Amino acid sequence: MNLHAIKAIYKFELARTWRTLFQSIAGPVISTSLYFIVFGAAIGSRFAAVEGVSYGAFLVPGLVMMSVLTESVSNASFGIYMPRYSGTIYELLSAPVSAFETVIGYVGAAATKSVILGTLILLTARLFVDFSIAHPVWMVAFLMLTSVTFSLLGFILGIWADGWEKLQIVPMLIVTPLAFLGGSFYSISMLSPFWQKVTLFNPVVYLVSGFRWSFYGAADVPVALSLGMVALMMAVCLAVVWWIFRTGYKLKN
Amino acid sequence: MQPIIEIRGLEKTYASGFQALKGVDLDIRRGEILALLGPNGAGKTTLISIVCGIVRPTSGSVTVDGHDILRDWRAARSLIGLVPQELTTEAFESVWATVSFSRGLFGKPPDPAVIERILKDLSLWDKKDTKVMALSGGMKRRVLIAKALSHEPRILFLDEPTAGVDVELRRGMWEMIGRLRDSGVTIILTTHYIEEAEEMADSIGVISGGRIILVEEKAALMEKLGKRLLTLQLQNPLDAIPAELAGYPLTLSEGGRELVYQFDTQQERTGIAGLLRKLGDHGITYTNLRTNESSLEEIFVSLVRERA
Ligand SMILES: Nc1ncnc2c1ncn2[C@@H]1O[C@H](COP(=O)(O)OP(=O)(O)O)[C@@H](O)[C@H]1O
Ligand SMILES: [Mg+2]
Repeated sequence: MNLHAIKAIYKFELARTWRTLFQSIAGPVISTSLYFIVFGAAIGSRFAAVEGVSYGAFLVPGLVMMSVLTESVSNASFGIYMPRYSGTIYELLSAPVSAFETVIGYVGAAATKSVILGTLILLTARLFVDFSIAHPVWMVAFLMLTSVTFSLLGFILGIWADGWEKLQIVPMLIVTPLAFLGGSFYSISMLSPFWQKVTLFNPVVYLVSGFRWSFYGAADVPVALSLGMVALMMAVCLAVVWWIFRTGYKLKN
Repeated sequence: MQPIIEIRGLEKTYASGFQALKGVDLDIRRGEILALLGPNGAGKTTLISIVCGIVRPTSGSVTVDGHDILRDWRAARSLIGLVPQELTTEAFESVWATVSFSRGLFGKPPDPAVIERILKDLSLWDKKDTKVMALSGGMKRRVLIAKALSHEPRILFLDEPTAGVDVELRRGMWEMIGRLRDSGVTIILTTHYIEEAEEMADSIGVISGGRIILVEEKAALMEKLGKRLLTLQLQNPLDAIPAELAGYPLTLSEGGRELVYQFDTQQERTGIAGLLRKLGDHGITYTNLRTNESSLEEIFVSLVRERA
């Protein structure tokens, strides 16, 4: 195991985060604050409590999830796309580094950044609304699992994309809509039976539901199902990454 | 001693269907500087990229210090440093950070003293905190060399290290490469400057159209090149070399109108004066004379043309 390489990649990627601190951390924190101001404080006060939780508090887990999802994808995809674009990937390909070590380095750094971001958003949210966390260990587990899974997805995207447009289109056209419609702003029990069924095809629903359960003990779908869904997504992403390195897809001629 | 790199029957066909390497066999000796000389598109970069693990071979085998590059890739790659042909650098990192990163990537623990020595050797020390994008082309090239050396490799590949580098810097780079060799590093460089190969290499390999045409020690090659030709244009054509001149390596050309004398510049006496005196003695007059040096360039061009 080339631990020095994992450390080097991890440090290098996090250094990129510090360099672009404002856009990578401050941006999402500010936009989340805006959501709280608009939906939580301004409009939320007119909404009834959902499942016994004030609307503002109800929003918190969903908003954290939404930022974590989109930021994981965009960070991890950028991290691996950049060296492909600039050509510096030659060094990684010629180094005594396995696929597994590469993924730990890149995905680990992107996921770390997402966890930090999620925590910051939670702290920011605390300034606007009062909420409690019923199962803190599960909360952290869901946060970490989601960060890792969507960073893996971003890593795959960064290898698949052969232009900046593609790199931005997938988060914009797929991840963001799924996140918006994944129950961040509502409980799916508020939907008509038909839309409830349709919504169940959206994997984000399971994440948000599970994450919200770790806060308030109430969920749209069983927690075990949420966990199973995260595990499944992670397994699929890992399989794709494994295939990429096995075949050299878009990495080696 | 076992060659440090052994390449056997190496072939590469790209996805486009283009065959860039057509069965390359090559042994590279420990501690030597091998210059791979060849025109653009000859397959130099492809060959290097396969040895370094960037391009997959279609068939054939490569071992690096006995380690197969596919089965035992970790050991093989740990021994190699690569300076690519293109100036590809991380733009936003400092010189220090990018070179330290490379060392880690190749599995070595951080060692600021080693990085400091490398940067000083390459006259980059005063730029260590500068962002790479703020450097000139020549400096970026040296950053790439520093990255390749950061893990103290036993083998260094330099793919056209002096392309686009001005003459003065080129000299400095040659000196640096010489110092590296003195420290025991095996160096493989590609170039299409004959002068560069002549100046630095211990061995010279010529590659063209995906095939190695020739690999020879430079000294042996130089001996061949050391042969010079003296051509005399005769006033009266000759049918045959006169018997009195039989002791000289002479040939007739241009239907007897030219007399060609081959001599060795490495020797103390060329014998030219004696020959000319003898010609006078025998009444053979000439209207003009010229000497030819068959340069590496000429040999190279004729070799490449022959095989094309
Ligand atoms: N990725 C690729 N796909 C198809 N053909 C390629 C690729 N890379 C290089 N080639 C072709 O292979 C030949 C050898 O290229 P290269 O090894 O770069 O030569 P050199 O370094 O000697 O100039 C060239 O004709 C080039 O066009
Ligand atoms: Mg080349």
